[in-house]
Amino acid sequence: MKKNRRKVFMTAGYNTVSLGTGRKEFNPKKLRPGLEEYIREAGQGTLQQIGGGENVDEGVISNFMAARFNKQGNLAALIPYVDDNLKWKPCCRVEGACGSGGLGLSVGMKSVLAETADVVLVIGVEVQNTVKAIYGADILAGAGWFRGERKKGHVYFFPAAFSDRAGAYFEKYGREKTRRAFARWYRNAIENARLCETAQEFHNTVENLEALALTEPNPRTFVDHLNVFDCSKVSDAGSAIAIVSEKGLKRIGVPKSEAVEVVGWGQAEADLTIPPEDPTQLETTARAVKKALECAGIPLQELGTVECHDCFTISGLLSIEAIGLAGKGEGADFISAGKTSRQGFLPMNTSGGLIGWGHPTGGTGVRQAVTIWQQLTGKAGNWQISISPNRPYALSVNMGGNDKTVTAIVYRRAE
Amino acid sequence: MNYAERLENVTVLGAAGKMGRGIVLLAAMEMADLSLEPGHESLTFSLQAVDISQKALSGLLTYLRSQVQRAAEQKAAWLRKAYEKREDLIENRDMINQYIEDVLAIVRPATEIETSYRSTLVFEAIHENLDLKVNLLSRIISHNVRDAWFFSNTSSIPISELNGKANLDGRLIGFHFYNPPAVQKLVELISAESTLPELADFARQFAKKLRKTVVPSHDVAGFIGNGHFMRDALYAVAEVERLTKDFGLVDAIYMVNKVSQDFLIRPMGIFQLIDYVGLDVCQCILGVMNERLPGGRLRSSLLDKLISLGIAGGQYADGSQKDGFLKYEKGRPNGVFDPEKQAYSSFSEVAGRADKALGSLPGQAKPWKTVIQLPDRANFLQGYFRELGAMKTLGADLAIRYGRKSKEIGLGLVNEKVAEREEDVNTVLLTGFYHAYGPINNYFNGGVRS
Repeated sequence: MKKNRRKVFMTAGYNTVSLGTGRKEFNPKKLRPGLEEYIREAGQGTLQQIGGGENVDEGVISNFMAARFNKQGNLAALIPYVDDNLKWKPCCRVEGACGSGGLGLSVGMKSVLAETADVVLVIGVEVQNTVKAIYGADILAGAGWFRGERKKGHVYFFPAAFSDRAGAYFEKYGREKTRRAFARWYRNAIENARLCETAQEFHNTVENLEALALTEPNPRTFVDHLNVFDCSKVSDAGSAIAIVSEKGLKRIGVPKSEAVEVVGWGQAEADLTIPPEDPTQLETTARAVKKALECAGIPLQELGTVECHDCFTISGLLSIEAIGLAGKGEGADFISAGKTSRQGFLPMNTSGGLIGWGHPTGGTGVRQAVTIWQQLTGKAGNWQISISPNRPYALSVNMGGNDKTVTAIVYRRAE
Repeated sequence: MNYAERLENVTVLGAAGKMGRGIVLLAAMEMADLSLEPGHESLTFSLQAVDISQKALSGLLTYLRSQVQRAAEQKAAWLRKAYEKREDLIENRDMINQYIEDVLAIVRPATEIETSYRSTLVFEAIHENLDLKVNLLSRIISHNVRDAWFFSNTSSIPISELNGKANLDGRLIGFHFYNPPAVQKLVELISAESTLPELADFARQFAKKLRKTVVPSHDVAGFIGNGHFMRDALYAVAEVERLTKDFGLVDAIYMVNKVSQDFLIRPMGIFQLIDYVGLDVCQCILGVMNERLPGGRLRSSLLDKLISLGIAGGQYADGSQKDGFLKYEKGRPNGVFDPEKQAYSSFSEVAGRADKALGSLPGQAKPWKTVIQLPDRANFLQGYFRELGAMKTLGADLAIRYGRKSKEIGLGLVNEKVAEREEDVNTVLLTGFYHAYGPINNYFNGGVRS
């Protein structure tokens, strides 16, 4: 990736609650907010911090499968629904499965870099509790290659795809230590989520999280190598953030100290029709992260926090190796040593990640950016970690499908 | 005729009733599953769902559709394999919808008994009326051209009697589901002396395929399930009559219902259970048992009185509970019938004084729903009943007496050779009535009670 030709900032992030099983207010039999409500709440949450819709030049909305979960297309036209002043402004909808959010951010950044916009509102949203899990699995399987993979795929297509990765990893590097690392990853996720009131697992009160997470996988009722605690849940949520130029910051009246600067980013795409060459590696993730770090021109050692795409514990673990934080086969040890916990060497997924905070598929990439903005600007409240001046950078990695569409972004607090 | 061929053409009599529709559901799904197995391509499965009510039969299909969908969602992994060769079925939803169609295509609703004349298996789930059963079954056997076997879902009438009167010549077995058949795990299997051994083998195989827990019962009126339930209910009525002197009938019904549910940790109180089964159904079963068992004490004047006043319990077509001994709102009891006033007194009028008279529950008490999920249930129950046994309250007294009576009834069933083993009695109560513990236990031994 070429270096940014001018400075790009993100600010004014907003996350709705991640609603789904685990939240006390979630009742599958009762009417819940729909797509429009999440879009409006998240969008307005950001607009209120930047002086309203009149300050926005463009809108981008990231979403995966509203056409099936909510029977709704043409989502770009729901951006003006957020605020009257957004009417007639250029808007678009971006889709890259669970990597839609990251793609939406990159589209927003490109507009700012192209100098066609100084303030871009990016919204990420998914409302998935409209169907039972068994049918949701069909819809989410659309992130894979439908014609080539779905027929022979599992009932739970994606859990099975990542279960296969876990199985391959077990075989190569040992099952027991890996399952222990999964359990530790789950514990970290829930402990972080319990501090963040918008997180889906905020109300989780289980005492011995690791023991629970060590429940043996049951291939008869689920998949071969993962249990339900290894998986992110079904979530409804919306997130929004503003992507702005220096000029844009002035226009919206936000001081630099309340913004993060995107110092580098990378995007990589793999061929949907070709299965991963080595299931124990996330090659596309590795390539996107490498591009982002090169673009930022910083060494890994200067990262103070990371938001990775832990749709499953195994993808969290493989992300660690793909980013380069641990060698091949050493990701499990990295986690088990506590290095990714909030007290550890490199706190990861500090508001719970996809497993703890929730995974509103098409919105997750935007949620990750909001989490990092909150963390780097001291707005994380109960879940704030301290960011050392020697390691001021943060990284987000958002992955679509089985490591197909990946966006990695490096941030630091703006100065 | 092998297993699959035997299930090629099935008739369910009383198909739209609350037991019949569950039997149609389970049988049709088993038949659809067989049709999807390799090697069965040449077989054509059909189920004649026979009922006198055309209206109820139209409701049957709605019921089946929703139930098959639920079952299909749970067995989606199996469906993906079963439909492996169907290139047009790709997503879970495609296969679930196809399975619903496949099951419903097997079911042929009918009001004419003649449709059963080509059946290989006839499942009888009509009213507990001997003459009606004999009439229909003898008609079918005299016209049937396929060598049919017969399953009866009777919960009280001896199979040997039915077999003899309908001239079924050993081609009948008792296959008694519990309500609702799709949910309750238990099947009581009743072979008469005349029952063909190969029919009994087939029945066991069928039950196994349906993943039911089979308990054999001897061919004695009421079998194990009603043998216990009816006597348990009559004991409850007797307790009500005893308590009426001091507390009045309404309070007494409330108290015995509460003791049997909360103090004894059962899924519902005894009068709620009677209402659920239906007072008229209970009366009918008691009648069958009373005529055939020595002693002639299996009747209840209170039950007869309520029925004469038009109070019958049971369910409406939509499955919701009708009022009986108790009044219901959203499925929960909230009143007690007062025969003198011929009206219901609400729980709020009764509860204050009746609960005070009973005294509090043991400190360890937990609701039935919690208890059945406890990993160390036996331990909990031991501690709970020890505490209950040490309490000197009316509620504890009634509960201990009740528990002992329930055990006595259970042991009686073994002594009178209705059940082969004590364990069988316990299995029936655990899996057919969803009790948290079997009646034959050691929980009620301690302490002297008057």
